[in-house]
Amino acid sequence: MYRQAKWDEPLIFELSKPGRVGFSLPDPIEDVEVDIPEKLKRKKLELPELSEPEVVRHYTRLSEMNYGVDSGMYPLGSCTMKYNPKINEEIAGHPKVAFIHPYQDERTVQGALQIMWELEQWLKEITGMDRFTLQPAAGANGEFTGVMIIRAYHLDRGETQRNEMIVPDSAHGTNPASAAMAGFKVIEIPSNEQGMVDLEALENAVSERTAGLMLTNPNTLGIFEEDILEIAKIVHKAGGLLYYDGANLNGILGKVRPGDMGFDVIHVNLHKTFSTPHGGGGPGAGPVGVKDFLKDYLPVPVVEYDEENNRYYLNYDLPKSIGKVKEFYGNFAVLVRALTYLKIMGKSGLKEVSEIAVLNANYLTQKLKGTRGYELPHKELRKHEVVFSAEPMKKETGVKALDVAKRLLDHGLHAPTIYFPLIVHEALMIEPTETVTKEDLDYYVEVLKKISEEAYSNPELVKSAPHNTAVRRVDDVLAAKRPVITWRMYKQLKEKGEIDI
Amino acid sequence: MGKQYLPNLAHKDEMLKEIGFGSIDELFSDVPKEVMHEFNLPEGKSEYDVFLEMNQILDKNKTVLEMPSFLGAGTYFHYVPAHVKYLIERSEFLTAYTPYQAEISQGMLQALFEYQSLIAELVGLEIVNASMYDWGTALGEAALMAARVTKKNKFVVPKHLSPEKKKVLETYVAGAGMEIVYVDWNEKGQLDLEKLKESVENAAGVYIEMPNFFGLIEENIVEVGEIAHDGKALFVVGVDPTILGIVEAPGELGADVVIGEAAFFGNPMNFGGPRAGIFATKNDKKLIRQMPGRIIGMTKDTDGKRAFVMTLQTREQHIRRAKATSNICSNEALVAVAAAIHLASLGPQGLRKLGEIILKNTAYFKRRISEVAELPFDGINFKDVLVQFEVPYDIIHERLLEKNIHGGYYIKPHFPELGESALFAVTETTRKEWIEKLIVALKEIIAEAGL
Ligand SMILES: Cc1ncc(COP(=O)(O)O)c(C=O)c1O
Repeated sequence: MYRQAKWDEPLIFELSKPGRVGFSLPDPIEDVEVDIPEKLKRKKLELPELSEPEVVRHYTRLSEMNYGVDSGMYPLGSCTMKYNPKINEEIAGHPKVAFIHPYQDERTVQGALQIMWELEQWLKEITGMDRFTLQPAAGANGEFTGVMIIRAYHLDRGETQRNEMIVPDSAHGTNPASAAMAGFKVIEIPSNEQGMVDLEALENAVSERTAGLMLTNPNTLGIFEEDILEIAKIVHKAGGLLYYDGANLNGILGKVRPGDMGFDVIHVNLHKTFSTPHGGGGPGAGPVGVKDFLKDYLPVPVVEYDEENNRYYLNYDLPKSIGKVKEFYGNFAVLVRALTYLKIMGKSGLKEVSEIAVLNANYLTQKLKGTRGYELPHKELRKHEVVFSAEPMKKETGVKALDVAKRLLDHGLHAPTIYFPLIVHEALMIEPTETVTKEDLDYYVEVLKKISEEAYSNPELVKSAPHNTAVRRVDDVLAAKRPVITWRMYKQLKEKGEIDI
Repeated sequence: MGKQYLPNLAHKDEMLKEIGFGSIDELFSDVPKEVMHEFNLPEGKSEYDVFLEMNQILDKNKTVLEMPSFLGAGTYFHYVPAHVKYLIERSEFLTAYTPYQAEISQGMLQALFEYQSLIAELVGLEIVNASMYDWGTALGEAALMAARVTKKNKFVVPKHLSPEKKKVLETYVAGAGMEIVYVDWNEKGQLDLEKLKESVENAAGVYIEMPNFFGLIEENIVEVGEIAHDGKALFVVGVDPTILGIVEAPGELGADVVIGEAAFFGNPMNFGGPRAGIFATKNDKKLIRQMPGRIIGMTKDTDGKRAFVMTLQTREQHIRRAKATSNICSNEALVAVAAAIHLASLGPQGLRKLGEIILKNTAYFKRRISEVAELPFDGINFKDVLVQFEVPYDIIHERLLEKNIHGGYYIKPHFPELGESALFAVTETTRKEWIEKLIVALKEIIAEAGL
């Protein structure tokens, strides 16, 4: 039976003891007197005071109340929680990565530029695109980059009326949000019964106002859009561009490439397919690739290689560039990890990644299919992930997808992504990835079946889950109704006697 | 290669058979044959081979430990205590994702709540999010937020802004059609208040930095805030948080929104990334509703025990989609936690001391550099110092590099009116010998140039 640590760990502020010191700093070069004007002088500064061992214990205990890929199966759909090889960390932690400044003379950072250039070459071949920027800090930042490039392209051609971005209803929330941020009107189109783009709806949606279509393929249901070539034709014929949300390439690596399917712009998440760790929410990286005719719009700078002089350099000379979407060149330490991974996997390894990821997802699909309470809407054949619906269970027992998720935690298993994509009611979006074992898959299915039995025999047990985690079910309604965002707010409420935690 | 990460390679046939598939190819029968593609890529290598290869590539970098460097201009060499790295590399933190399942992710949630809390104390505002991508994107988000809150679309910033931030800001607001107005500096290298007054009409927000891009402490920050508020604009302050042990919290100086770079604590330079943008606001519902990014809140569990959870999510893309306050999803959580661990270790005494050391080192540097060059602006500098030479700076840069010294950041390409100027920066890591070596080298170079 799984048991997560349940420390009653106070806030770091509550551990503070006046006078304790947790730092050691060098002396100033000279004890020069500098006077800050009185009105700008710091008055109050209420930070906690702890020694180093106390700080280390506090965060170690907190880590024990957290669950990562290294703790167990983490099939969070759409997030590709694969094992993050430790060698990535070893290389990314190298002093030659840590101690270089982004404005250093190019001659002193040839290694860094080579890493970026090499990574770009890998990504180009993997996706079938012609040029990449590594600047975006995450998938959404990459989407924004991509749709800004589409915007710049149309404006450059004088097609100022192209202000609509088409997004299927199964799309990740960042797609419409990024398009809106770039100033587009978002046109949502429905999926068909198979879970794929409805061609007729697409035909009806395109017009001379269409800037582009943002598509995920395999889509968020894990289904490959079989009509992709037809979709591309429809959008291109209308004068729009095709944007590929490649947050996750785990289902197609070494099989088919977005560039060959007709996509003009793409982003990929290095913190998914390319094994860089998710860091509890970030940092990631979201490089953007484009076809040749769009390369002038990429953010500055791009990395170039001068073969004659064997020299790498940063090129800022892109007069049509959209500008910058992040300071400097991107999350460099994340790029280092991804290249390390790619060099280890190589051509055959990458192909095996998608073969095993797809095998694992379909294995789980077939093993779980038919279990009481869970329904498998849409097509059966999936790529890297599958979306079940707990709608029947909810109707018949009152146990919701949320409850199933919480009960999984009790078994030391991370929950799937739930309630996404929005087109599946009570969605359970499961993405095992290629790095789990057959036993992991069998156990996950076994637990889901057991939860189904519990739902029908003892629903309260599921509804009151989790029982074995650091805390029991959290009250998120209270959190939103009476926000306590910081220690400062907490203290104010405490003084007024308005809080009892 | 990479078989060590693929346990089920050993069970491929058995698993296929169990689910009624004849081959792996059948699993891909939905992919149009005519576009299938074999990768033209190198084959994989052993971990050792890649370890060697990456080390050889990285060996071509020269770090600031191997050559005294005076680069700053928005990225600084600070020392990060060893325990910070060990703690954030704990795999329960490192290999987790966004804490969607709060009950099993209390560690990360509490660590992020503490990050928000520590930043709140530093900047003097109640509401802090769990990070933006970096300072530059936080600036872009602040401008967009100001426009949503005030329903106006002009954002006023100092002309003395880093070229990185300028470009990010302009890209971020292009879609919304916002206008960015740049206000000149005065003879002290600080924001010109008269010119600001002329620009503030109809502004959604007014932005200022402490210290500013020239490394100077803006003396009139309170007055700038008053001008912003008189014009019914939001007052946005960008801050290098390492100064906040010695300089007043922006929230106490009138800021409605505070942004900045959290990665100056707890994180190495990493060639510019990853970083983490600070984003804080006053406890005002109108502002909170328009705030971008994830926010962690304190609540309780069913047993009444204190617990943490992501909250106020109705602002976010996964719920609001096209109407979200921002498109951000993955943020820079681990960078923020590293910053929090460093800050908690510094405490009030450490942060004050760190600020004083940097202030003193900068003052010492100014005295020494003025032996060989001009300092166009008089004032109090923190880290960056604008230095003007008579010899073209590219010559100086080249000759310094030959002497194994990395000079400052040449700013003429961005600010031609400042002539042969560069920003030189020092921090607590700068050694006296480095400055000595620099001054000796500069004297030689200037003498050689015959001036
Ligand atoms: C399909 C899809 N698109 C886009 C994103 C956004 O990526 P990120 O969180 O890195 O911004 C995600 C991940 O959350 C995703 O799963």
